[in-house]
Amino acid sequence: MDGLDDIVEEFLVESHENLDQLDADLVALEKEPDSRERLSSIFRTIHTIKGTSGFLAFNRLEEVTHVGENMLSRLRDGELELTPHRTSVLLQMVDTVRSLLTTIEASGGEGGVDVSAVVANISAAMENGDGPATEAPAAEAAPAAKAPAAKKAPAAKKAPAKRTTRAKAAPAPVVEETIEEPVAELPVDLPVEPAPPAVVAEENPVSEPAVADHPEGEAAHPDAAGGQARRAVADSTIRVDVDLLDELMLLVGELVLTRNQIVQYVGRSTDTDLVRASQRLNLIASELQEGVMKTRMQPIDHIWSKLPRVVRDLGLQLKKSIRLEMEGRETELDKTLLEAVKDPLTHLVRNSVDHGIEAPEDRKKLGKPAEGVLTLRARHESGQVVVEVADDGAGIDPVKLGAKAVQRGLLTQEALGRMSPADILQLIFLPGFSTAAAVTNVSGRGVGMDVVKTNIESIGGTIEVESDPGVGTVCRLRIPLTLAIVPALTVECANDRYAIPQISLQELVSLDAEKAANAVEEVGGAQVYRLRGELLPLVRLTDVLGLTSERHDGHVVIAVLRSEGRRFGLVVDRVINTEEIVVKAVGGQLKAIGLYSGATVLGDGTVALILDVQALARRALRTESVDRQESRASVSEAAAAETERQRMLLAAIGGGRRVAIPLDTVTRLEQVKTETVEKVGNREVVQYRGAILPIVRLDRHLGAYGETDQEVLEVIVYSDHGRSVAIVVEEILDIVDGEAAVRSDIDDMGLLGSAVLGDKVTELLDVRAAILAADPAFYSHPTTTPAGVPDSLLEV
Amino acid sequence: MTAPTAAPATSGQLATFRLDGDLYGVEVEHVQEVLRSQQLTRVPLAPTAVAGLINLRGQVVTAIELRERLGRPPRPEGTDAVVIVVRLHGEAVSLLVDSIADVVDVDASDFEAPPDTLEGQARDLIRGAYKLHGQLLLALDVQKAVSA
Repeated sequence: MDGLDDIVEEFLVESHENLDQLDADLVALEKEPDSRERLSSIFRTIHTIKGTSGFLAFNRLEEVTHVGENMLSRLRDGELELTPHRTSVLLQMVDTVRSLLTTIEASGGEGGVDVSAVVANISAAMENGDGPATEAPAAEAAPAAKAPAAKKAPAAKKAPAKRTTRAKAAPAPVVEETIEEPVAELPVDLPVEPAPPAVVAEENPVSEPAVADHPEGEAAHPDAAGGQARRAVADSTIRVDVDLLDELMLLVGELVLTRNQIVQYVGRSTDTDLVRASQRLNLIASELQEGVMKTRMQPIDHIWSKLPRVVRDLGLQLKKSIRLEMEGRETELDKTLLEAVKDPLTHLVRNSVDHGIEAPEDRKKLGKPAEGVLTLRARHESGQVVVEVADDGAGIDPVKLGAKAVQRGLLTQEALGRMSPADILQLIFLPGFSTAAAVTNVSGRGVGMDVVKTNIESIGGTIEVESDPGVGTVCRLRIPLTLAIVPALTVECANDRYAIPQISLQELVSLDAEKAANAVEEVGGAQVYRLRGELLPLVRLTDVLGLTSERHDGHVVIAVLRSEGRRFGLVVDRVINTEEIVVKAVGGQLKAIGLYSGATVLGDGTVALILDVQALARRALRTESVDRQESRASVSEAAAAETERQRMLLAAIGGGRRVAIPLDTVTRLEQVKTETVEKVGNREVVQYRGAILPIVRLDRHLGAYGETDQEVLEVIVYSDHGRSVAIVVEEILDIVDGEAAVRSDIDDMGLLGSAVLGDKVTELLDVRAAILAADPAFYSHPTTTPAGVPDSLLEV
Repeated sequence: MTAPTAAPATSGQLATFRLDGDLYGVEVEHVQEVLRSQQLTRVPLAPTAVAGLINLRGQVVTAIELRERLGRPPRPEGTDAVVIVVRLHGEAVSLLVDSIADVVDVDASDFEAPPDTLEGQARDLIRGAYKLHGQLLLALDVQKAVSA
């Protein structure tokens, strides 16, 4: 069984099911031989098995089903009449197919099952419907003896299935009875039609292995036992109605809610037994929830597997050569969600092939390999599934894109001028937007990205696009693991509680009254908060909902949310908890408001509304977007000026010299014992967290000479893409705001300039040069950040 | 389920309730259950007739304030509403009323269309009146009442 590949295994499972159905159908057909419907159904089943077996190169299986199919098609078309004899022959065929399947399952091949007799029987029966007494017994004897021999494990399993159908024709035999009753009695109970010996033989091949008529029965027995010991392929999986799973999911959801309630009540109790029981309940409910959720999980490969074909065909059509790479194909997500992302994903892939990747000759001109690479990546990330469609194509030019948007009248030139490149990229999600110069039949008809976005948002996901002109484009989907139960943050606003799905939540900021007074600033009337240097537009939930805040002590609690690639801060009265919530649909009246994605019942039984963060952002940021964009622009200018507005780490490097290092570039501050420093070649390294960390001594790097006999080295660790370097300084002095600094451009090796920080002249370290001194290969990583100061380091 | 709007004059049973002194009735087959006053979660920005959300054994059900819907003054302070849960097209919605009364057998022959003097929102929601002994029973169009 281990040797079987997935396709064969799936084929076996499906065929076993089909065969059980076939038994029932054939017997029922005897009662109503005119039922075209039944005949068609039987025909289809055999046809399917034949088709698949031909594809999988099971020749004998194909041979049997082929003649069976021939007969069935003639029966179906009314050319042949269904006689009891023909039914028997068909049942024989089913048995033979079954034994072939069993052999395939056991050995991976068709083994020694002989099919010629059955084939001959069927062919004969096609000519002669009555099965004259002189020929029939002889013809049937052979397969009869053969059937049990090859039957092995499934015989026992199949018998009950057969029994139910038989029972209709002859009410007496039931499985248990057959086992107890002597075999001689069986034919008496069987229908009065000429009962095929094959049927008798299989009534109890396992329970009566020593029946003298079946000399091969003995030989079959050990196999049968072995077959029962391990679970047959068909038995190890069952098909379950998705509705049933939905129902289970619903119930588990309710259980989780009840669990939450109980845990909350018990939390106040002092009865240790009760507390213990509730803890167990807590645990079991969580595991149950996980288990039930798993039943609905399928690897993303299910939808990805269709994409290589899409890419190939499209590539041929567009005369592009494209290689499709997939990473994380085993990433699982809920079946419903899988279905929901299928079309958007296909669309994104088509888009990339059509618009993203350039024609081979264009690529060659640009010095890229002629073959374009389209990469699909999927991974789990903080309770979400992240799916990326990345290409190494032309990328999206924000200038062109903006011009197009203006030309289409989607926004004004002034508005465009205020937008940052990242914001301009999001324009592709506007309805009626397509930048394809020529409308192809692949894409470029102006429908697309907006539909993709709507579809993804309808399942609670988000989409964002990043593009580097000339280098490529990445579309990133963030999809919740499941729809039914979502982790959420519960907050309070004007004495009511609301739930915010964690998927949009980035972090929480709490400011006491004193801090809030300084930290919350205004830009043109709109409130903003400076979050690590970037201005975060603030939205008061009370304002959006038209309520009055109950918080009068000046504290400000900000939930930093992300929507459509933009961040904003939602000001709430207080944060209550994080809990798993079960999403309940709300009535049409509430959907129309467009602010709530649903409702849920909290641990204490009260209903809380779930905020639709996307809708909230759209509604609240529309009026503030101008300010936001301005502020964003100023932030990026600041970033361009590198040290302006930046927090700086001040360090002494000896000889009275002070160096400022942008705090963004610092991953950790550590102390390292001098004796642990080792030498590799002429470089100094230190073992750190199981890795070898190259060291640069800043004093030597910058030509200062500090004390070298320190016992403990102060080290600034900088990490990126899994590589780290350690920068050794003499002493870490302070962290200051680099904003008010007076700068001069006195340049020296390894320095960017100097500034007055804290009344002293301080040198600004060229971090990139320092790092390269420690690890020359640091930036040669393919996906390295281009500039020396990676601005994403401390981003969340 | 029968469509109440299709045939205005129907015989059958109406579950009756009181609202601002008047007697109203809804088809008994629409009524799922009647509950005492429940904790409501308000829904900011919702239409005024939406009183809030109710937790009905784990199910979230919208509550419609029928007084508001019929253009009547708000329920006096200190009196609790009674919740009638009705099920329409498989979806449960609840109506807030003053108090619940009997289930009454009505006859189509007693039915009369709403008087011409009936105005405003109420006219859309009231199918007509059954002339009961001693008082009028106003037949509420549940479908319209809940589509606030």
